Amino acid sequence: MELDDLYRDVILDHNRSPRNFGGLEPADARAEGFNPLCGDRLTLRLRMAHDKIEEIRFEGQGCAISTASASLMTEAVKGKTRAQALRLFEDIHALLTDDGATGGDDLGKLAALSGVREYPARVKCASLCWHTLAAALGGHAATTGAAPAAAVASVSTE
Amino acid sequence: MKNIAVIQDTPNFDVAAVRRHFPALSRTVRGKPLSYLDNAASAQRPLRVINAVDDYERHHHANIHRGVHTLSQEATALYESARDRLARFINARSRAEIIFVRGTTEAINLVAQSFARSSLKVGDEVLITHLEHHSNIVPWQMVCEQTGAKLIVAPIDSRGDVPADAVISLMSQRTKIFACAHVSNALGTVLPVKRLVEAAKSRGITTLLDGAQAVSHLPVDVQDLGCDFYAFSGHKMYGPTGVGVLYGREQLLERMPPWQGGGEMILQVSFEKTTFNGLPNKFEAGTPNISGGIGLGAAVDFITSLDRDAAHAHESALLDYATRTLSSIPGLVIVGTAPHKTSLVSFTVEHVHPHDLGTILDEEGVAVRTGHHCAMPVMDYFKVPATARASFALYNTFEEIDRLAAGIHRARKMLS
Repeated sequence: MELDDLYRDVILDHNRSPRNFGGLEPADARAEGFNPLCGDRLTLRLRMAHDKIEEIRFEGQGCAISTASASLMTEAVKGKTRAQALRLFEDIHALLTDDGATGGDDLGKLAALSGVREYPARVKCASLCWHTLAAALGGHAATTGAAPAAAVASVSTE
Repeated sequence: MKNIAVIQDTPNFDVAAVRRHFPALSRTVRGKPLSYLDNAASAQRPLRVINAVDDYERHHHANIHRGVHTLSQEATALYESARDRLARFINARSRAEIIFVRGTTEAINLVAQSFARSSLKVGDEVLITHLEHHSNIVPWQMVCEQTGAKLIVAPIDSRGDVPADAVISLMSQRTKIFACAHVSNALGTVLPVKRLVEAAKSRGITTLLDGAQAVSHLPVDVQDLGCDFYAFSGHKMYGPTGVGVLYGREQLLERMPPWQGGGEMILQVSFEKTTFNGLPNKFEAGTPNISGGIGLGAAVDFITSLDRDAAHAHESALLDYATRTLSSIPGLVIVGTAPHKTSLVSFTVEHVHPHDLGTILDEEGVAVRTGHHCAMPVMDYFKVPATARASFALYNTFEEIDRLAAGIHRARKMLS
């Protein structure tokens, strides 16, 4: 396993210039992710239109893998329904943890994360944003019955 | 980066010969020779320790203090002779003052739950410093919660040093316990413990020193230090994991209630009343880590077989060389620049997260610790989420520091 397979060009690019980085006002849902192992913190904000993720932005500090993963994730889930986004989470989870898993057919740029699998200590860096997204979507679902208030969830990978 | 010309070999210290004692140091990692620079987390073991544990496991294992048969007597003799050597190693007055525990964490918890819990009252204060390891913070928080006492934290300065006057000014009539690190695990700072202990003692304050990061680097003499308790772990001083020592002044230990109940710590048990055993067994309930204790005794033998002054001079030279080499890397900031440090450099690199650096260095065979080093308040103080930490042992070399620097250069090139 070569280091270049972990730090692929797509990852390095998204680390240097993260997409959808910053705050979001107003937001329907917010979730915070924290990895106590390395101190990475991530705040994710979503705006929903009906059941679709209309806008999603993140901020925080993390390593290259965690920053690039969050950036790639925001690009990938924008415009997707809640169910589609959660299905993608499952595919990514498989991609990061199952030997031989391809993570589904249509991962696009997200496939660049497959190199992380060979570095077990770094899997949590790549998955933190996805767990945070799941928490945000869960929180959103929990409050959709009422008036669209901001939902806050927090997730920790340990 | 090559400063070979300025390196002076430390007289009386043959690092190549020392390295031959440590089998792990000759392995490769990802096709490169291992540079093990994570000694503050855990040091490697010399053959002397490996062989002592192996010999015990193969030939002498039985439960201790329980049997009249040969193996039990042999195991007991080996284990208790390790205690004797540990007592000499830190100059305890007697073997009764050496309590075997799982490690520094358990030692501090023992003092918190036995000594502190039975003596603290509402309004009393426990004083620690800002640079403590979580294991010298959380046990005190817990006992403060249980007793209504208050935890007071003495400040550090921008170099990661602990100004003695500032700590002493926080010692008052309410202060009942003062606990601090002998050496900071996150920064390498050597604290002015002798002065602090003296000031505490003169005010009737009970003192505990967390010696986890000190015993492998500095000579420790508990009588000279004057502390009431001194805690350390085996695996940071070339011994096994899962074993460590709580030193306590005998008078204090005698007065303290047992912490855990069970076998070994009793003299007589009936359902009406139990008579506790004497020291040190009163605090050693249950069958202990026998092979660990024996291995730790062997680690003491290993350390004391070396010329400690020469080993210390070598470690100081490593610290100087690493500080100079790393400081010259653009964007690298050393966190913790106290004038008196052990051989440890904590640092950040602009545009390179410590976690990425750790992975990239591992690719080069260089093992460092990255993260908050179980000292989150220290990270908060320096406003960094994490640092990378290279911590040196007496077997490390200048060439390994060059390889560390080369790896940092590679990481900068990749990520910035």
